[in-house]
Amino acid sequence: MTAQVEFRGLRRVFGRTVALDGFDLTIAPGEFVALLGPSGCGKTTALRCVAGFERPDSGAVLLDGKDITNVPANKRDAGMVFQSYSLFPNLNARDNVAFGLRVRKAPAAVRHARAAELLELVGLPTHADRFPHELSGGQQQRVALARALALEPRVLLLDEPLSALDAKVRVTLREEIRRLQLDLGITTVFVTHDQEEALSIADRVAVLREGRLEQCGPPAEVYDRPATPFVAEFVGAMNHLAGRLSGDGVTVFGQLLPVDGPVPAEPDVDVLIRPEAVRVTPDPDGRAEVLAASFRGASVRLRLSLEGGEVLADVPGHEAARLGAGARVTVRLVERPVLVAARTVTAPAPVLSADA
Amino acid sequence: MAALTGLEPVAAAAAKPPARPRWWRGLVFALAAAYFLIPLGASLWYTIHNPATGVSFSAYGELLTAEGFARSLLMSLSLAAATIVLVLLLALPAMLAVRLFAPRLRPVMEVLCTLPLVVPPITFVAGLTTSLRDGADLLAPTPFWGTLIAIQDPGFPVVLVLAYVVLVLPFVYRSLDAGLRTMDVRTLVEAARNLGASWPHVLLRVVVPNLRSALASASFLTLALVLGEYTVASLLGYEPFAVWIVTVSGSKGQLSVAVSILSLLLIWALLLAVSTVFSGRKKS
Repeated sequence: MTAQVEFRGLRRVFGRTVALDGFDLTIAPGEFVALLGPSGCGKTTALRCVAGFERPDSGAVLLDGKDITNVPANKRDAGMVFQSYSLFPNLNARDNVAFGLRVRKAPAAVRHARAAELLELVGLPTHADRFPHELSGGQQQRVALARALALEPRVLLLDEPLSALDAKVRVTLREEIRRLQLDLGITTVFVTHDQEEALSIADRVAVLREGRLEQCGPPAEVYDRPATPFVAEFVGAMNHLAGRLSGDGVTVFGQLLPVDGPVPAEPDVDVLIRPEAVRVTPDPDGRAEVLAASFRGASVRLRLSLEGGEVLADVPGHEAARLGAGARVTVRLVERPVLVAARTVTAPAPVLSADA
Repeated sequence: MAALTGLEPVAAAAAKPPARPRWWRGLVFALAAAYFLIPLGASLWYTIHNPATGVSFSAYGELLTAEGFARSLLMSLSLAAATIVLVLLLALPAMLAVRLFAPRLRPVMEVLCTLPLVVPPITFVAGLTTSLRDGADLLAPTPFWGTLIAIQDPGFPVVLVLAYVVLVLPFVYRSLDAGLRTMDVRTLVEAARNLGASWPHVLLRVVVPNLRSALASASFLTLALVLGEYTVASLLGYEPFAVWIVTVSGSKGQLSVAVSILSLLLIWALLLAVSTVFSGRKKS
């Protein structure tokens, strides 16, 4: 029941906007892939090409190796959950779920049984008679999910299904989607602009930028070893610190760190450092000063001023008591390979690195 | 006509003052009622009271047997039915197509559909008459000549249906547009397509059921307009209900007013029927 999905050189242009610009990606059967990117990066267009609502200008979409680019939307084998509430307002939850079966002229008894089974699966066994306007946003999306699964499609397409929901529901529902996906083993493409969402539930995260695939890999890899500065920037927070290349390493804040990945021609570079890779210790003679501390539960994010520039640092919550605004601190970077990029930092960047 | 666009209830709710004295509402109601009921009552009195013979309902009795009453009424009703069917079949798929596939054409369509409002019926009829006359000459050597004659059949003038479709287009467009605005058409259509529905299925099972009140109000307006339309029918030389009333009023004053009152009740009953049909199905 599950299938391989392949995007092959997909290109789609809307007027002057290039939504997809040679997008390639293969999704293995049963895999859960998140398409992640800023708005306008083409992720939704790619998904709509699989559903058949969008026809690529060139390139192809393959399902189990079969070209489905020209198959009409109603003949494709892909269930979709939409970003906006898409339940038919005139039908109750049961009839919404059974809509596809009704189109296929399944007998009423079969339809009702299947609808009941699916509503049970999404945790709404007692809501069959409710109309969409009587359901909360989260419940509506659950029914929409049940409806998308009713025809046992080979692919499940999720177009930011959680973005209209409030934070708490969003987290529970995404875990449930994942649980269901693992149970059913259905190939799933999940479009989102929320990196946390993508990292937490996908088998692989595909980061898109301007219609192209920037990197695709398991969440930990995308986070820890971003292939490009763009990915590093988009997934998680990132410090851009001015550094200077020397030999195999880069000098930043007087520390020599090994360099990972490609190196620009110019010796003056940006060094990309995650906030959690910045170690902060209180020190009355420290060169850095805490500008602001924002509490985030388990950790505290500090905004530090250092040599005229600003650095973000995440420290565990219990250490933050001594790190209020105005405290002097010393800053050290965790010794591990770092990514560098062509210099983008403008003026009051921390220049100390250059003279070390 | 309360359900014209589906937007009124919201406006009414917003405009409702929180604490306005009751008598004020009563006064407004009484004034409005007087405005409607006094002329109606006067007409009714005129039809049943005769200074010479006193009160009698003879005008109403006479009406049912009057020459042309049933024929003209039936003609008007069938014209209305045909117009409703044709205008909805034309407007709904066109509006959907524009929304889904060519959203940039929406302003163009809006202007086109509103245009009949600014063209006076007299001008419209003048154009129509000229076209019919010249058309007959032009089409004389072709088989279409027969068609042109057929649509002018005095028993059921298709040409009037065509004219009425144009006349009601602005109202139908407005109602349907308001209805389509209340739902996320694109997503609903895509959801249905994704579940395997063909285009006719999408239209009949997804769009139409969710547009019920808009379709109802479009039908109300068309029905009311066609039953009361005089200018075009009269100038083209046909005799539907409105034209017949005017013809009769020349010779039998009491009878014509009786007919007017009756037609008012009739239209009212029809509107009520249409509205029950539409809202009744919604609840089931």
